[in-house]
Amino acid sequence: MIGFLHDNLSYFLSGISVGGQYALIAIGYTMVYGILRLINFAHGDVFMIAGLVMVYLSSSLPFTISIPLVLIITVALGFLIERVAYKPLRSAPRMSVMISAIGVSYLLQNAALYFAGGLAKVYPSIPWLSSSIVIWDSTTKMVTVITPFLTIALVILLSLLIKHTKIGMAMRAVSRDFETSQLMGIRINSVISITFMVGSLLAAVASLLYFSNYASVTPTSGSMPGLKAFVAAVFGGIGSIPGAVIGGFIIGICENIIKGGASIFGIPGTGWTTFSDAFTFAFLIIILIVKPTGLFGEKQVDKV
Amino acid sequence: MEKEKKKRLALIWAAIAVSYIVILILEMTLRPTSMLLTVLKKGAIYSLVAVSMNLLNGFTGLFSLGQAGFMLIGAYTYAILTMPSEVKTSESVYKYYQCFITFDTGVFIGLIAAGLMAALFAFLIGLPVLRLKSDYLAIATLGFAEIIRAVCQWDVLGPVTNGANLLRRYIDLTYVTIPFTDIPFPPTLFVFIVAGISILLIVLLINSSYGRAFKAIRDDETAAEAMGINLFRHKELSFVISSFFAGISGALLAMFQYTVQAQQFKSMMTYEILLIVVIGGIGSISGSCIASFLYITLSEWWLRGLDMGSFLGIDAPNLFRSGFRKLVFSVIIMIIVLFFSRGIMGDKELSLTRIKGFINKRGMKKGKKEAEA
Amino acid sequence: MKKILLILLAFVLLFPLAAGGSKEDGNTIRIGVFEPASGDNGAGGKQETLGIQYANFLTPTVDIGGTTYDVELVIVDNESSNDRAATAASMLINEDVSVVLGSYGSGVSIAGSDTFRAAGVPVIGITCTNPQVTEGNTHYFRICYLDPFQGTVLANYAYNELGARTAYCLAKLGDDYSGGLVNYFIQQFEALGGTCISETFPDGNSDFTSYVNNAKNSGAEVFFSPVSTEAAQLIIDQSSSQGLGMPILAGDTWDSNVILQAAKGKSNVDITVTTFYPEGANPEFDEGFQNWVNADSTRLANNGGDDTVAAVTAMGFDAYNFALQAIKNADSADPADVMEALWATETDGVTGHIALEQVNGDAIRNTVYVKHCNTDTGAWDALPAVVVE
Repeated sequence: MIGFLHDNLSYFLSGISVGGQYALIAIGYTMVYGILRLINFAHGDVFMIAGLVMVYLSSSLPFTISIPLVLIITVALGFLIERVAYKPLRSAPRMSVMISAIGVSYLLQNAALYFAGGLAKVYPSIPWLSSSIVIWDSTTKMVTVITPFLTIALVILLSLLIKHTKIGMAMRAVSRDFETSQLMGIRINSVISITFMVGSLLAAVASLLYFSNYASVTPTSGSMPGLKAFVAAVFGGIGSIPGAVIGGFIIGICENIIKGGASIFGIPGTGWTTFSDAFTFAFLIIILIVKPTGLFGEKQVDKV
Repeated sequence: MEKEKKKRLALIWAAIAVSYIVILILEMTLRPTSMLLTVLKKGAIYSLVAVSMNLLNGFTGLFSLGQAGFMLIGAYTYAILTMPSEVKTSESVYKYYQCFITFDTGVFIGLIAAGLMAALFAFLIGLPVLRLKSDYLAIATLGFAEIIRAVCQWDVLGPVTNGANLLRRYIDLTYVTIPFTDIPFPPTLFVFIVAGISILLIVLLINSSYGRAFKAIRDDETAAEAMGINLFRHKELSFVISSFFAGISGALLAMFQYTVQAQQFKSMMTYEILLIVVIGGIGSISGSCIASFLYITLSEWWLRGLDMGSFLGIDAPNLFRSGFRKLVFSVIIMIIVLFFSRGIMGDKELSLTRIKGFINKRGMKKGKKEAEA
Repeated sequence: MKKILLILLAFVLLFPLAAGGSKEDGNTIRIGVFEPASGDNGAGGKQETLGIQYANFLTPTVDIGGTTYDVELVIVDNESSNDRAATAASMLINEDVSVVLGSYGSGVSIAGSDTFRAAGVPVIGITCTNPQVTEGNTHYFRICYLDPFQGTVLANYAYNELGARTAYCLAKLGDDYSGGLVNYFIQQFEALGGTCISETFPDGNSDFTSYVNNAKNSGAEVFFSPVSTEAAQLIIDQSSSQGLGMPILAGDTWDSNVILQAAKGKSNVDITVTTFYPEGANPEFDEGFQNWVNADSTRLANNGGDDTVAAVTAMGFDAYNFALQAIKNADSADPADVMEALWATETDGVTGHIALEQVNGDAIRNTVYVKHCNTDTGAWDALPAVVVE
C-alpha cells in the first residue's frame, strides 16, 4: 500500500491540487445556484478572464500590485455581469436567465478571443508558487502543495462569514426562501451582488493557482474547468459549500487516476485517457439519477 | 370559416412551391460555389435542428442541451453507412484501423438510419434522464452529449468510427443523384427538400393531439398529469422525435461539410442552436427558421468583413481583425436576449395577415411622418 | 430605448447587404491564403502567412500574356478548426482566387480539401505533412516532405542517435497531424526493434502532468510528442517542473519561437526537432525578412514578438513563389489552367529545389534538418541534416 502510494504519489498530488482549484470554482456555482437557482454558465469564463487579466497586468506591474488588482478586477466583473445580464431578468422564466448566462459565456470567450488575438498567452510564473519541490521522491510545483491548504483555509473563512455575520445570515435566508426574505426587509439585490462577488473572488484565486500550474491561457481554457466545477457542485449537493469542496477534490483525483490508469494499474493500450473529460459527466449523470440532491443537498419540494 | 382556412392553406402551399422554384432557379443560374447557395444550404440545415430543438424546449418545455450529441450520431451513422465500400477497404480513410463495416448504402437509407440511430440513443438516454427537472435535465443531456463525443473518439471503436480522425469521401451533396438516373441532384434543392419534409412532419405532429399534450405538459406538468396525460411517455416521445430530426440534420451537415469529425460537436454547438431558437422565439417554428437563416448568413457571410480588415467600405485592419465578428455578434445576441427576450416571432407563427399588419403599421407611420413634414 | 436599439440592430444586420458586392477588378489576380490565425495552430499559421506576405512584398506582380497583374492576397482564418475549414474555404472561393496556399496543420487541409475540389481551385499545401492531404486527388499539391518520411527519420534518430529502446508517444485526439506522425514513428521504431507506449489527450486539455508521469513510470527513454505549439508550451513547462528526465523529440511544428520562449532557462529539458529549413541557410533571405518584420509592429507581433526566422515562414515564402511560377507557366489566372500547370512547375526556393512527383503532387524532398534547443540562449543549435536517398 505504502509502496503503491509512493509510486503514484505524483498522480495523487496533481489530482488533489487540481481538485482544490475545482473546489474554489465550484463554490461560486453552488452559492449562486443556492440563491438564484441559476447555473451560471459564465462562471468558468470569469475564471479564464482572471487568468488573462493577470497575463496583461504582470507584464508591466510587479506581482505585489498585479495580484491584488486581478482579484479586484475579477470581483468587479462578477458584479457587473450580475447587474447587466441577470438582474433585468429577475422576474423572467428561469430558462431565459440561463440563456442569458450562456450568452455572457459566449461574449466573454469572444471578447478574450478578440483582445488576446486567439493565441495561447503564457501565464507569468509567480516566483515562489512556480518553483519546483521534491516530496517523497516526486517532483512537483510548490503550487500543487499549497492549493489544498489554501482551499481549506478559504472555505473555513467563508463558512465563518456565512454562519456568523449579518450578510451571511441574509444569504442563508435568501437561499431558503427568496420571496419571504424579501418581505422580511432583506435587500435582496445587494445580497445577490455580494454572492457573485464572493464567487468571483474565489474564481480569481483559483485562476492564480490553476494557471500557475498549467501556464497557458486561451479563450476556452475556462469552459472545461468550469463545467467540471459545476459537476463538483452538483455532486456535493447544490447549495452546500462543504459538498462542493469534497466534490471538487474527488473529481480532480479521479480525473488524474484515469489519465494515469495505464501506469497505475498496469493496463496499457485501451485509450482510457479519451474519457478523462467524459468521465466527469458520466459521474454527474449517475449522481443525478441515484441521488439528485447530492451528498449534502437539501431535499426540495415542488410547490403546486 | 372552413373556406377561409382552405384558402390560407392553399396560399401557404403556393408560397412554399414558389420558394422552391426560386431555389431551383438560383441553383441553375448562380455558380455552385456562390456564397448565397452555401448560406442557404447551411441555413436550411440549422433550421431543421433549431426546429427540432424548439419541439423540445418550446413545445414540450423540456430544457435539453443534447442536440449536438444527436447530430453527431446522425452525422457518423450517415457517413459510415454511405461511404463506398471500396473507399472503406482502400485504407485511404480508415488508415490506422481495419474497417469493420464493409458494406455501404444509398443516401436515402443513410439519412433514415441517421435519424433512427439518433432516436434509438435518445430513447435509451431518455429513460433515466427525462425524470429530471429543468436545469438538471439540461446539464444531464449536455453531459450525455459529451459522453457520446468521447465514445465516438475512443480508439477501441476505431474500426467503426475511425477513432478520433476525420470521416470523409462518403456521399456528400455533390454526389447525390436524382433517383434512377446519373443526373446530379441540385444540392441546395436537396437540402431544402429533406429539411422541408422534416419540418413539415414536425409541424403536423405539433398540430396533432400529441402536440396538444406536449403543450399541456409545457404549460403545467401537474395539471397535464391530472388530466390523464402520461407525462413520461409523452416526454420520451418528444425527446425521441426531436433527436430523430437532429440526427437527420447531423447527416445533412455531414453532407454539406464533405468531412465530419466528432471534435466539432461540442457543447458550443448546442449553445449556438439554442441561441438561434431564442432569437427566433421559443415556441415558433417559423421564427426558428428565420433566425437560422439570419444567424448563418450573418455569421458566415455578411459580418465576415469585420474579420478581414474592411467592413462597409471602412478599412481599419487594426480594429477589424480576426475575432471582431464574433465579438460584435455576441453583443448582438446579448442585446436580443436582454431586451427582446421574446425573439423575432415570440410564440406566434409567420402568416400573411401578420405581414400585412406589419406593413400597414409601417406604412401608416410613414404617412404620418410625411404629413407632419 | 428599445426602439432605438431595434433600429440600430436592423441597421447593423441589413446594411452589409446593401454595401456588399462592389468589387473592383482591374488588373488584379488573387491568391488565397488559407491559414489559421487563431486556435491551436494560430502561432504557426501566422508565421507561415508572414512568409507569404513577405514574398508578396518582394514580388507583388506577375506577367500573364504580356500584361502585368497585381497580386492580391486574400487571407482567411480557418481557426485551426476542422469544422470552420469548409466555410473558410468557400469564403476564399467566393473571392475568385486563382490558387490557394495552405494550410498549416494537416487536419484543416483535409477538411477544406473537398470544398476546393468541388470548386476546381488548386491548393498548394505548405507544411501539412499528412499523406492524406494529397492522396487520391488532383487539386491538392504540396511543397514539403511527408509524415512517413519525417516519422522514419525521427524514429531512426531516437533509436540510433539517442539510443532509446522504449519511446513514449503522445498525440492529440482527433488531430491528423500528431496522430499520423506518431503512427509512422511507431511503425519505424518497432521495425528497428524498439517498443512504444502511445497515448492521446483530448482537445482543450491543459493538465499534462499525468502524461509526463506516465512517461516517467513507463521506463521510456524518449518522449515523442509532435503536437501543436499551444500544447507544446504546457508540455515543456510541466515536464520541467515534474522532472521528466528524458529527451523530448518532436516534428516540424515545434520549430517555432514559441518553443524557444517556453524552454528558455529550463535547463532540465532537452528538445530536438526536425524541420524544413535551418535558420541561417540563406543569409540573404533571413536578413531581408528580419528587416521587413522589424519595420512593423503588427508583423513583429505576428511573428511571436521577435525576429526569429521560422521554417514555416521560409516555406510560405517558397509556396508563394511556386504559385507565381505556376501562374506564369499556365499563362493564365484561371484556376483550371493553374492546376494543369502546377504538375510541371519547378522552382529553386530558399528551402531547396522544389519539384513535384506526378502521382499525388507531393514535393520530391530528401532532406530533413534537425535542430536542438539551447535552453541557455533560447535559440536553435543546428545538428547535422539527415539526407535519405
